[in-house]
Amino acid sequence: MSTTVTPDPRDPAQRVFRVKPSRPFFSLDIRELLRYHELLYVLVWRDVRVRYKQTALGVLWAVIQPLAAMVIFSIIFGHLAGIQSPYGVPYPLFVFTGLLPWQYFAACLSSSTQSVVGNANLVTKVYFPRLIVPLAAVCSPVIDFLCAFCVLLGLFVFYSYPPHWHAIAIPVFLGMALLTAFGVGLWLSALNTRYRDIPYLLPFITQIWFFLTPVIYPVTMVPQRWHWVIALNPMSGVVDGFRWAVLGKGLPHYGVYALSALVGVCLTTSGLWYFKRAERTFADVI
Amino acid sequence: MADFAIRAVGLSKQYRIGQLLRRHDTLRDQISSAAKALVHGDLKRTPPEMIWALEDVSFEIDQGEIVGIIGRNGAGKTTLLRLLSRISEPTAGYADVRGRLRSLLEVGTGFHGELTGRENIYLNGAILGMRRTEVNRKFDEIVEFSGVEKFLDTPVKRYSSGMYVRLAFAVAAHLEPEILIVDEVLAVGDAAFQKRCLGKMETIGRSGRTVVFVSHSMPTVTRLCSRAILLDGGHVVADGPTESIVARYLQADLGTTARREWPEPGSRPGDDVARLRSVTVVGADGQPVEAADLREPVGIELAFDVISQREPITPMIAVYNEQGVHAFNALDPDPRWERPQPPGRYRSCAWIPGNLLNEGSYIVSVFLNTVGHGKTVKHVAATEIVSFQVADLGAGPSAKGTFGQPWGGVISPLLEWTIDTEGVETIRERSHL
Repeated sequence: MSTTVTPDPRDPAQRVFRVKPSRPFFSLDIRELLRYHELLYVLVWRDVRVRYKQTALGVLWAVIQPLAAMVIFSIIFGHLAGIQSPYGVPYPLFVFTGLLPWQYFAACLSSSTQSVVGNANLVTKVYFPRLIVPLAAVCSPVIDFLCAFCVLLGLFVFYSYPPHWHAIAIPVFLGMALLTAFGVGLWLSALNTRYRDIPYLLPFITQIWFFLTPVIYPVTMVPQRWHWVIALNPMSGVVDGFRWAVLGKGLPHYGVYALSALVGVCLTTSGLWYFKRAERTFADVI
Repeated sequence: MADFAIRAVGLSKQYRIGQLLRRHDTLRDQISSAAKALVHGDLKRTPPEMIWALEDVSFEIDQGEIVGIIGRNGAGKTTLLRLLSRISEPTAGYADVRGRLRSLLEVGTGFHGELTGRENIYLNGAILGMRRTEVNRKFDEIVEFSGVEKFLDTPVKRYSSGMYVRLAFAVAAHLEPEILIVDEVLAVGDAAFQKRCLGKMETIGRSGRTVVFVSHSMPTVTRLCSRAILLDGGHVVADGPTESIVARYLQADLGTTARREWPEPGSRPGDDVARLRSVTVVGADGQPVEAADLREPVGIELAFDVISQREPITPMIAVYNEQGVHAFNALDPDPRWERPQPPGRYRSCAWIPGNLLNEGSYIVSVFLNTVGHGKTVKHVAATEIVSFQVADLGAGPSAKGTFGQPWGGVISPLLEWTIDTEGVETIRERSHL
């Protein structure tokens, strides 16, 4: 060609990328992540699509699971153990509002743990920002959450319980749940590439965490001066806040929410640091 | 003047040997080794054994070049591709890559058996870095290329392996990156489909894209690439026009021929139990051969010294075809090898019967092992040490009969066929030919 065209540095066909040993954390490239947003959609879509394939009841499971848990907990804790739900809220409704965010979180823990190892065929064969994988693992359980949320609306009708304007705060607590799940998921998914013990530990972690979280009992059962200890568990803030927003009863525990959110942010920040550090050897150790 | 597409400078990758053998440590391993360290009062961690899979590799590939990377197994080819594809990170050095680079290290990456063909096209496209709009635009072309129109809404787990591979390659073939990295994906599918894939690759090359291609198949490399880079032991040992590099690979020390011998006792592969003197491919008459008729037996003759009567040793061969497919292993079943043998010079010849291997090139690895007691000790492991060709040179019965076209399959055994003629009560056995 006779005319010289100055290459446009923004043209992807001309952009030069340097493959080199990376420095962890400083390489958190948000723009690169955004460039791969379609892959995130596709992975979430795949997980949702595949989850209930070849099950007889299909997506009904997303509804049955929390309902069944609600019935069991209502019988054991509401009737036999006699835990009182505050403000005269029916206990099944009380426990269901706690189970919703909790089951979302528990689903995220198990899907995150398996995410990187389960996608080994991708991680060892193509490049993409590895963060997409644990991100997809906390996004796909949102679909189940939405199904279960419809059941909640049904329960409202069943108990003729009026919704409250606090409900506008639901997205805030859902966001907190997502952040916390992502933070813990980053740790678990990266740790699992090196230590395949994690899936065996996970049931214990989940169970202990469940009882430390005010799902089957109200925060008010715990003395006020111990609230800060409860709040160190980021899921306490999520569950209590979600319940406050949905049921509209009682006073919000702002201090608990703030501390829980802070812990959630710390988990995610440290998780990002550990994940970025570990991802350099994912393809070598899986 | 063309700009560079890839410029590698001192690219190196180090692996911990443990990473290759024991893929992942468990918590228990770490806790127990920490406990051991405490007990022995040795808090310093012993440095893990390291191995350079790639060391100080530098080269430059211009835009629009089609370059073949060749070398034997373990030479670092795959490591190089993985570094360039950003799947794993270099330990040292760097590579500048201009433009979008997509890699095809296997066919059908991320295909999900439960999803339909249609769904997998979108899934695979996204994984390979295509935008949804791009997949939409090329959808019909992809389907046509794959030839699975009728099964688009069937889960791919119900596909035959041929259909699966065709669909997968069809998606990959419609990628339009500036640089395409391909690892041995053509070693799959039937001959007709392979031909179509090769044609597609040539088209991609002609359209001015850069292609980096790894293969064990020298004919394919020669046909596709104008330039080749020969790797050995993690280093670039030759770089230049394909013909001369391929010739060098096949002839030189790196490549393989029909006979290899080690006249110097010190250079012989082995240990203090046994050492290999020579390996020769021989014909039915016992003379060395480069090529054999597919109807004739081929012998792999091992000459070796037993140095110590400490352990019993068993000769063994492993045969690979030119695509790197492991065709078979065979060890000498003679009962004498169950006992330690007195020191001395031995010769053991493995006869591969005629009418077994199909036409093509075969590469042989040779081992002298102590087998048994729950573990195998390798005294000699000479990998890819000799090679030979099998060709249709003569006349007489064979699996392909008078069929003139290339004959598919790794092996081509002459089978016994029985014929049942309608109306005839008994099944007449065909007489041995």
